[in-house]
Amino acid sequence: MTGEPGGRPFFAGIRPVIRKEFRQIRRDPRSLGFLLFLPAFLLLVFGYALNFDVKHVSLAVCDLDGTQASRDFSGKFAATEYFDLRYRLSDPREADALLGREAVGIVLIIPRGFGDDLAAGRETKIQALVDGASAMTATTAAGYIGAIVQSQTMRFSLDVLERRGLNRLELPLAVETRVWYNPELRSARFLVPGLMVFILMVIVVISTALTVVRERERGTMEQILVSPVRPVDLVLGKTVPYVLISLVSAHVVLLLGFLLFGVPIRGNYLLLLLTMTLFLTGGLGQGVLISTMAKSQQVAFMISILTTFLPTFILSGFVFPIRNMPLVIQPFTYLIPARYFLATLRAVMLKGTGLGAFWKEVLFLAAFAAVTIVVSTMRLKRTGLEERPRRFLGGRRRVAR
Amino acid sequence: MNGNSIEVHGLTKRFGAFTAVDDVSFDVRRGAIFGFLGANGAGKSTTIRMLCALLDPTSGTAVVGGHDVRREPDEVKASIGYMSQKFSLYGDLTVEENITFFGGIYRLTKSRVQAQMPRVLEMAGLRGRERTLTRDLAQGWKQRLALGCALLHEPDIVFLDEPTGGVDPVSRRAFWDLINGLSEGGVTVFVTTHYLDEAEYCNDIRLIHAGRIVGGGSPQELKRTTIRNPILEVECDRVVDALELLQRESWVRETSIFGSYLHVGVEDEAEGRALVKGRLAAAGITVGRLDLIAPSLEDVFIHKIEEQTKETERDR
Repeated sequence: MTGEPGGRPFFAGIRPVIRKEFRQIRRDPRSLGFLLFLPAFLLLVFGYALNFDVKHVSLAVCDLDGTQASRDFSGKFAATEYFDLRYRLSDPREADALLGREAVGIVLIIPRGFGDDLAAGRETKIQALVDGASAMTATTAAGYIGAIVQSQTMRFSLDVLERRGLNRLELPLAVETRVWYNPELRSARFLVPGLMVFILMVIVVISTALTVVRERERGTMEQILVSPVRPVDLVLGKTVPYVLISLVSAHVVLLLGFLLFGVPIRGNYLLLLLTMTLFLTGGLGQGVLISTMAKSQQVAFMISILTTFLPTFILSGFVFPIRNMPLVIQPFTYLIPARYFLATLRAVMLKGTGLGAFWKEVLFLAAFAAVTIVVSTMRLKRTGLEERPRRFLGGRRRVAR
Repeated sequence: MNGNSIEVHGLTKRFGAFTAVDDVSFDVRRGAIFGFLGANGAGKSTTIRMLCALLDPTSGTAVVGGHDVRREPDEVKASIGYMSQKFSLYGDLTVEENITFFGGIYRLTKSRVQAQMPRVLEMAGLRGRERTLTRDLAQGWKQRLALGCALLHEPDIVFLDEPTGGVDPVSRRAFWDLINGLSEGGVTVFVTTHYLDEAEYCNDIRLIHAGRIVGGGSPQELKRTTIRNPILEVECDRVVDALELLQRESWVRETSIFGSYLHVGVEDEAEGRALVKGRLAAAGITVGRLDLIAPSLEDVFIHKIEEQTKETERDR
């Protein structure tokens, strides 16, 4: 390194700043708790609340036929974990009230003559009333019904054919779907990595956004800038302690994700650690950058929330798949660092993919970290104290005594 | 550097259309206590920031400790100590931790910090309170600790920007004893203040008004050379009316209000006494005591400011 008086090593200037930051963090248990436990807490809250799985939908059956065949058929529904049979109705008109007060999500109506028609090989129809107010649940549940009906139809058809003497019939075409990486299609698998990214991004940016402004407000910044300490020492010295603490925090989230939501780490842990460190460093750099621009702690807080909360939530692919976004919006997602971290995180955790598949994302994260750190260092150097002093307001003024 | 610690030539700082410091020049002798005096907003802090390489001058040069502030800011920073009007240590660190931190950013070795520790604690009067959080200290102690931290790396020059702001008179006195001690030890002290009584402690002072230096010299010199005519201190009622009345008289050189007194500069003492008494009595103002006084630095300052105001008006 150049310009190092006395030829002391590069890190000599950073160490006192790091030690000071750690001491200050230790004396401020509220911030430390915020940093360490809020992410885990948010994971619990969001993890249980944000659940897109459709299971245990309340079901009412109105069996107007009352035959063995109709009971068998409705029994198929109750036997799955997707539906819970809550009501047996004798009059289809009761369905209205049940759906209206959301006592059930689906009402299945089996018409009179269902069993006879089946036995006779005639076409028969069942009716399913679905509460469409929650569209997501409705479509998924309707899908399940379709699937169950399909498989039942197949069995009946085969039965009929068999009875007509056509044995060992092969079906001409069959789809065999296998879901990889998340075989039960549980949304927790998909959401927990996203939640991790989201929570870490918000927490990390806020925690450092306040540090430089606070020093300027208290006047300690001036005292530091008049010393031979380099701006880079200051920025790194402020970032390193928070990187370490937020890494701990991220591991708590990983552990909880595994224990409570069964989200594994299939891939290389070191790779995960690398991308995580890059992402956290970038986020912290962004925080310091905000801090060099904001005039007060309140402003710094506002900017941090604005630049992390919604963009990460909406544009990172956390909840809404990027490919489904309008084409105009998609380019903006490239500006969101969380997008890249999320992609690598899902790849490493769920798929166990190697670096080859997402080196571009890692590269971007490295660039994000480098840019935020370098720019905030430059800003600190240039604008450290370039603020205009209070103007001498007019007239002749007596010397104060 | 021929015995000068600081040499400033034509130093100017503009913020947009506003000129905060206007063509300022002066030298500071090694080991001097140099006072920089002016009202708030006169340009004191801006000058000090330029000298500490915190702010780039718009034009002019400043050489501090043999280093040009623009070309060698890091060398300047390494050779000076700085303490500002705001208390600027970390309230959430202990006394000892603050000392260690400032030692660290001035790149002192651990052993040197350890060696300096007792000296700083002694100086701040904080021996035995090493583990107290700094925010729990009284203002006077904080200020002395801040000075101690600014001196940790044993600089040849210290800048003190209104060091005694908000400090009680006893602590102020103690603080000035420290400053005198430094000067005796060969350290150059550059101090700004708006307490004019404190300026009497300085060897050399400059008066700054609206960004310009309006006068300078030792306090004695300034008082002797600036105001040659006698000054009368007048005790009377309705001081504001009296002031307005006297200002219009041709034989009055200058006037100012000091609380319930008037200071009136006249051509001649005996004649002045008679004229003041007569004029005020004619207006129905009762005159009490009327004394000849030695001019204070405040008289000097007001005189200089008035002189300059007249000059700029004439230039227009």
